Amino acid sequence: MELVNIFIKSAFIENLVLTYFLGMCSYLAVSKTVKTAFGLGLAVIFVLGITMPINWLITHYLLSEEGLFGLDLTFLRLILFIAVIASMVQLVEMVIEKFSPALYNSLGIFLPLITVNCAILGGSLFMVSNEYNFPESVAFGLGGGFGWFLAIIAIAAIREKIRYSNIPAPLRGLGIAFIITGLMGLAFLSLLGIDPAAF
Amino acid sequence: MAETTVKKPEVKEREPLFGPKEKRLITDPLNDNNPITVQVLGICSALAVTTLVYPSVVMSIAVVFVIAFSSLFTSLLRKSIPKQVRMIVQLVIIATLVTVVELVLKALNYEVYKQLSVFIGLIITNCIVMGRLEAFSMANKPWRSFLDGIGNGLGYGAILIIVAVFRELFGKGTLFAGSPLAWQIIGPSSEYMLDTTSISWLGWYQNNNLMVLSAAAMFVIGLLIWAHRSWNPKLVDVS
Repeated sequence: MELVNIFIKSAFIENLVLTYFLGMCSYLAVSKTVKTAFGLGLAVIFVLGITMPINWLITHYLLSEEGLFGLDLTFLRLILFIAVIASMVQLVEMVIEKFSPALYNSLGIFLPLITVNCAILGGSLFMVSNEYNFPESVAFGLGGGFGWFLAIIAIAAIREKIRYSNIPAPLRGLGIAFIITGLMGLAFLSLLGIDPAAF
Repeated sequence: MAETTVKKPEVKEREPLFGPKEKRLITDPLNDNNPITVQVLGICSALAVTTLVYPSVVMSIAVVFVIAFSSLFTSLLRKSIPKQVRMIVQLVIIATLVTVVELVLKALNYEVYKQLSVFIGLIITNCIVMGRLEAFSMANKPWRSFLDGIGNGLGYGAILIIVAVFRELFGKGTLFAGSPLAWQIIGPSSEYMLDTTSISWLGWYQNNNLMVLSAAAMFVIGLLIWAHRSWNPKLVDVS
């Protein structure tokens, strides 16, 4: 039950994009059509779900004082996390290419882009600062990815709809995308009142 | 006669340490090629820190430092980095510099370090840094890459501070709260000022809590882009 709470909390209440602004670059760059947004969203769920538990293991068994080396190596955390993320993205890319070329082609360049998606590294850092245990970190990773997926699908759908609207020229494209994201953030704020423990 | 005409191009080839080209490297990202409002890079780790001006200034300094030095080091190593692993090499350079910044900030000012929390670490995945390394430092000489890094860092910092000024002024009525320069400007006293009797302008002003929320940062940047593009029409998105 606790895990479901964490999933819902990380997907809706503490949405990575709309509350913490993480993964904003690819969120704005890849949200022009729903189709590509869908592919990137799926890939992010996947990578977050995999890297989060691995980074949990690294924090607890390699970097902490109770770990393998018996030393407090927290200062190496950023370097190790980013190395794990980069190699996981590479691995995921190779696995998908081998087993499902169709999915690989539809994701295309978005897979390597995920390495520099702040939502992934940010998720891992939040996982450490929230002091989750192992199953909780999996739920947090999947929930965060799902929240990111929902947000990018929503903005892509809205941007497809407003393409032919009469918007002042200097506000077109980027400007209006920012304002829409702000409004979506406000809408997600209303979910703050939900108590995940009630589920 | 012939000798002098031959010599002239030689003089031209020697690059000045700080000529007009170098100046452009710094001024371009401040306006025409701003990392945030034009290239849309590096928004990720930026917006959450702009509720207050002081942490934003610290964040800007950190980013200028990281971009400038990672550009310099990447540029020095550019000929010996194999193409296939260049991303990982760049990430290691950036991550090392960010770790340095994080530890220095932790030692110097723990309060601000706590306020910035994970966002200092997220400079690693700040797309501006990677973007500049890929687009500029891998193909240019160290000194110019260094300047390009500083320019882009400043362009990023400028937007960060403008947004933070709006958000803090209307959200809390203060400027530079949390620093020795803390200044109550409008509205009644806030949590940062102990002297509740100090006279400030517009005492009737109620703090607008919307500005403290993350959504307000999006509105402020959206409007900033609008203003920037109206003022500089060649940036208007035609698509």
